[in-house]
Amino acid sequence: MTKNLTCISCPMGCELRVEQNQSGAVLSVTGNLCIRGDVYGRKEVTAPTRTVTSTVRVTGGNKPLISVRTKTDIPKDKIWDCMERIKTASAAAPVAVGDVIIEDIAGTGVPLVATSPANKLEGTNK
Amino acid sequence: MYHDIVIIGGGPAGLAAAVSARQAGAGDILILERENELGGILNQCIHNGFGLHTFKEELTGPEYAARYITQVEELKIPCLLSTTVIHIDENRVITAVSRKHGLMSIKAGAVILAMGCRERPRGALIIPGYNPAGIFSAGTAQKLVNLDGYMPGKEVVILGSGDIGLIMARRMTLEGAKVKLVAEIQPFSGGLKRNIVQCLDDYGIPLLLSHTVVDIHGKDRLTGVTIAEVDQNFKPLTGTETDYSCDTLLLSVGLIPENELSREIGVSLSPVTNGPLVNEQLQTNVSGVFACGNVLHVHDLVDFVSEEAESAGKNAVRYIQSGGSAADSISFSEIPLRTGGAVRYTVPASIDPQRAQEETIVRFRVGEIIRGGYVCIYADGKQIARRKRQIMLPGEMEQVVLKQKDIAGASGEILITTEVAE
Repeated sequence: MTKNLTCISCPMGCELRVEQNQSGAVLSVTGNLCIRGDVYGRKEVTAPTRTVTSTVRVTGGNKPLISVRTKTDIPKDKIWDCMERIKTASAAAPVAVGDVIIEDIAGTGVPLVATSPANKLEGTNK
Repeated sequence: MYHDIVIIGGGPAGLAAAVSARQAGAGDILILERENELGGILNQCIHNGFGLHTFKEELTGPEYAARYITQVEELKIPCLLSTTVIHIDENRVITAVSRKHGLMSIKAGAVILAMGCRERPRGALIIPGYNPAGIFSAGTAQKLVNLDGYMPGKEVVILGSGDIGLIMARRMTLEGAKVKLVAEIQPFSGGLKRNIVQCLDDYGIPLLLSHTVVDIHGKDRLTGVTIAEVDQNFKPLTGTETDYSCDTLLLSVGLIPENELSREIGVSLSPVTNGPLVNEQLQTNVSGVFACGNVLHVHDLVDFVSEEAESAGKNAVRYIQSGGSAADSISFSEIPLRTGGAVRYTVPASIDPQRAQEETIVRFRVGEIIRGGYVCIYADGKQIARRKRQIMLPGEMEQVVLKQKDIAGASGEILITTEVAE
């Protein structure tokens, strides 16, 4: 089994060819100019991960949304589960950068945290 | 009203300039910001990937901004928010307006221009067709989705493969839209490899190189676009037209430094970058007016904006401390930095070999992809540096360090050029 990937470790963008056996074990990585391509290629075909960033509705805040992220990378195949959960979430103002919005998102064991603040809405804005 | 240093813009450049100016000893600084919060464009860049150079970790845009906003607050640097600067004259008298304070006139000892850039609009592209609703610049769509909570549409085509377009392809997909394709008129993408992989490949969104939009359909709302392949001269090839239905077209076709104020001051601009021509102190041709960040030239990474702005902040302090007229102001012994090979421009554009610090960072971009080439520096025709580069890409900013000891004797010009291996 062969997978073709573009290495993202540096601007070179080497075109990698990763050979795997029937059970998914990596047999070889070729096309890379340095060791980082080998590491990237192996991880990307066996256990790819991504950080998910999105927004969550704020209640009682001075803005409609706060931005959020998974605190660390999560498995790539959990991205959509993660987004489904984010869509139903909300946060009550005030929110500070780093506040945990969801403790364990989509069973990944990773918390969803706020990346932007929201203050409480002041009533005297007119 | 008088302030030693007035910074125009509270985005990444303005914030870093303010912090470094304070740390260099400036007591009297004022930041003027058009929006109602600090942070600039970073506030809507909710994706991660910021700060790898500066903080050695991957932050989102708002988190990166927060690091600097916290410092500005801790250093008690005053800011006027929701305040728009409408004019600056050559004597550094700033006219600004805000709802709270009305019309203000502020005299500045030194001005740091940090207004950033804006997106090239549809009008600059000469695409035929009606002007229906549903055509947005990618950054406008980013603001609608990430700050305001509105989805601009359901079926999306993106023209231009700049990073904002790629980021929005993923963002719109995650929010439930169908992104059909990204068309790029150039034979290569101007975006980072990482974004092509993680924003397009991950979601199966095709990138059509050497393709562009040749027609726009729909009168009230966009109903579709026609995409065609182009030849080397960017002329559409007859017979390659394909119609795609869509209700939204996002344009990610370049950024233009926002220099209306600079022009009013009398600052000379570079026809290549559309930003001010500056010397090694990042000072413009107008004494006491400095520039940094995307208003100076469009950067690829915010880390380099911060670094450049820190330098501008320090130089503004030096200017103030020297009384604004001493050796640190405009010098007649500046010599030009000329460009050769694939180098399109350099920042700075001139340098005083005597006044220069021990090391000056020269930033530039190349006009074509160069593999296995060199960046070479010549002083008065004599080679003083030759640095190997695995690859140089038009989409990525390059830099090279100019050592004062190497150019101390130069009186004619410094040449920054690329050379390819024999």
